[in-house]
Amino acid sequence: MTFNIYDFTSFNRWIDEGLNSIMSPTWALITEMAIIGIVFLLFYAIVGLFLVYAERKVCAFMQNRVGPNRVGPYGIFQTIADFIKLLMKELVYIKDSDKLLFNIAPFIVIIASFMALSAVPFAKGLHAIDFDIGILYVIAVSSLGVVGILLAGWSSNNKYSLIGAMRSGAQIVSYELSVGLSLLTIIVLAGTMQFSEIVEMQRNGWFIFKGHIPAIIAFIVFLIASTAETNRGPFDLAEAESELTAGFHTEYSGIKFAFFFLAEYMNMFLVASIAATVFWGGWMPFHVSGWAGFNTIMDYIPPLVWYFGKTAFIIWLMMLFKWTFPRLRIDQLLTLEWKYLLPINLVNILFMAFLVLMHWHF
Amino acid sequence: MKEIINLPVSKIEEEEYHINMGPQHPSTHGVLRLLVSLQGEIVKSLKPHCGYIHRGIEKMCEKDTYPQVIHLTDRMDYLSAHINNHAVCLLVEKALEIEVPERVKYIRTIMDELTRIQSHQLWWSSFGMDLGGLTCFFYGLRDREMILDIWEETTGSRFLQSYNCPGGVMQDIHPNFQKKVHAFIKTFKKKIKDYDRILSGNVIFENRSQGVGILSKEDAISYGVTGPSGRGSGWSCDIRKIEPYSMYGQVHFNEVLRYECDTYSRYMVRMQEMHESMNIIEQLIDNIPAGDHSAKMKAVIKLPAGEYFQRVESARGELDVYVVSDGNKTPYRMKFRTPSFTNLGVLDHISRGMKIADLVAIGASLDLVIPDIDR
Repeated sequence: MTFNIYDFTSFNRWIDEGLNSIMSPTWALITEMAIIGIVFLLFYAIVGLFLVYAERKVCAFMQNRVGPNRVGPYGIFQTIADFIKLLMKELVYIKDSDKLLFNIAPFIVIIASFMALSAVPFAKGLHAIDFDIGILYVIAVSSLGVVGILLAGWSSNNKYSLIGAMRSGAQIVSYELSVGLSLLTIIVLAGTMQFSEIVEMQRNGWFIFKGHIPAIIAFIVFLIASTAETNRGPFDLAEAESELTAGFHTEYSGIKFAFFFLAEYMNMFLVASIAATVFWGGWMPFHVSGWAGFNTIMDYIPPLVWYFGKTAFIIWLMMLFKWTFPRLRIDQLLTLEWKYLLPINLVNILFMAFLVLMHWHF
Repeated sequence: MKEIINLPVSKIEEEEYHINMGPQHPSTHGVLRLLVSLQGEIVKSLKPHCGYIHRGIEKMCEKDTYPQVIHLTDRMDYLSAHINNHAVCLLVEKALEIEVPERVKYIRTIMDELTRIQSHQLWWSSFGMDLGGLTCFFYGLRDREMILDIWEETTGSRFLQSYNCPGGVMQDIHPNFQKKVHAFIKTFKKKIKDYDRILSGNVIFENRSQGVGILSKEDAISYGVTGPSGRGSGWSCDIRKIEPYSMYGQVHFNEVLRYECDTYSRYMVRMQEMHESMNIIEQLIDNIPAGDHSAKMKAVIKLPAGEYFQRVESARGELDVYVVSDGNKTPYRMKFRTPSFTNLGVLDHISRGMKIADLVAIGASLDLVIPDIDR
């Protein structure tokens, strides 16, 4: 077995063959699924905790504050302490709430983001499933989360929660279109929906450079729409704390609240990694065709570094948005989508199709 | 559920539901309760319910001597504590026909304007926060800290100074006072540009505030909406201009008026007022005359029997004090006309037909301070 941080294919094959040699294929498959599940769960928790910490630090940076700095060096254990606190808190049950839906809602939200994460390629050979309809799958699965939010708002027996859930429903259904169409623009350019192939096609240049003008427009639209889809500021109407106290998760406490909280950050991570994969080449290093020496140096940087670097940059952009802009109103939010983003997107797809037909892309 | 399904469509549209905004709600900034009737997200009407922080200050005043009353006025509108003190002091001095030293007038005016600036800073912070721009909150509080530091040195207190007393001020200004005020103005003139950059010129903010909560000049006058909120509707109602007190007759400043009548115009009035306040301070700070910081007062202050009235311009609008004295050392009856209470009255009128999010913006633009409503 050769463990190679540039290519995980042989490592995966080694695990697969090893398991198959000691047990029946069915059990090997089940064991593999369990391993992947545990690895993703750990990854989910670690990334979630790290993002909460990062958000607090970025927010503090924007607001002339220091941020968490007491628990551990630079406060890095602050989120872990917070998480333990949330674990130990009492789960408050609301009178006259729909118990079943109330309990199910956080799981739906977290499962949706968890499932979508499985299609993301982290490095060469390092993805759970490589669908040939990867992008479609991610769009389909990640929009399941809205069901959880609607259920949470509906079952809480709280009018604020209900208003938050209604807003969230309208918002996510609308912005889903823009997310889908902006990704479609790139699919037109790439000709495939499989993530591994999309990444492989960007070996000679990321799509944002290859598709130049329409790709940049699509990226900006995707960034706006995905910020809205993850219910983050300036589109955080569903949990607008100054209007609706905390919107759909007002009545949740303890670990269930933590689930919503974690899911928000994981959704942010997810859309950032989709943006990084589709527009910025995912784990693919920065290559300039013709510059062989430069490309070789870039190749020495491990794919995981590229991947997380790009994702972190997009997450950082989204955090800057949140801590800069005031919140939109619900009608302005829908106007932005239906009157501006959607027409821009449709024209952009035509433009991109024309570009591909004429071979005007790089 | 069944009844709703059987209702005709027009009836369903008329269905309203009620939510209680407050007494514990992030955007009421205190214990104000608004009973809001909603249709979907649209506000049909709202009813303010006051009294959650009613302390009976006016009644308590009847038991207290005039110097003691001043400490109570701090607790009404805690953000313009100094101006509230000033109103009572002016009234007592008017009743006793005492001429306070020039130095006191200068100090009081500078302190008034510092109070106005810090009140508007805090208002700006919370306005940004109500609209979802949380960074604004910290910008405003950061700059406000400088004024609090100046106060702490001179008055010994950061928030509720009780610095005025009948006949003058408690103690003379700190030697660093002028230097620090200069430093503050120099810093804040730079920082206020950041305020404009992060909120005023922001397209989201403009969409959220322009054309929202229209309060016509006629309505502003008939509802008695004074202060920056009234001036945002083009009503010239600045007591500093109408009935100048302390140094306001001698300094040059503009009464900020805007005529768009919406939330944005009320916002811009306050932003401009901060500039005007700095302008006033700059005219006075270097010219504070030497002299005593207080006039000679008797140990026990007794107002001659009669009725007395004093108006001042607080950070939120017109603050009136009315006293009926029977010649004792305590007032027979004391009444405050506080700006927040009258400004609250117009909230229902201007927020009908708006969204919940607009209601929050309108409430923020009226700059309500809840203890000032309830007293």
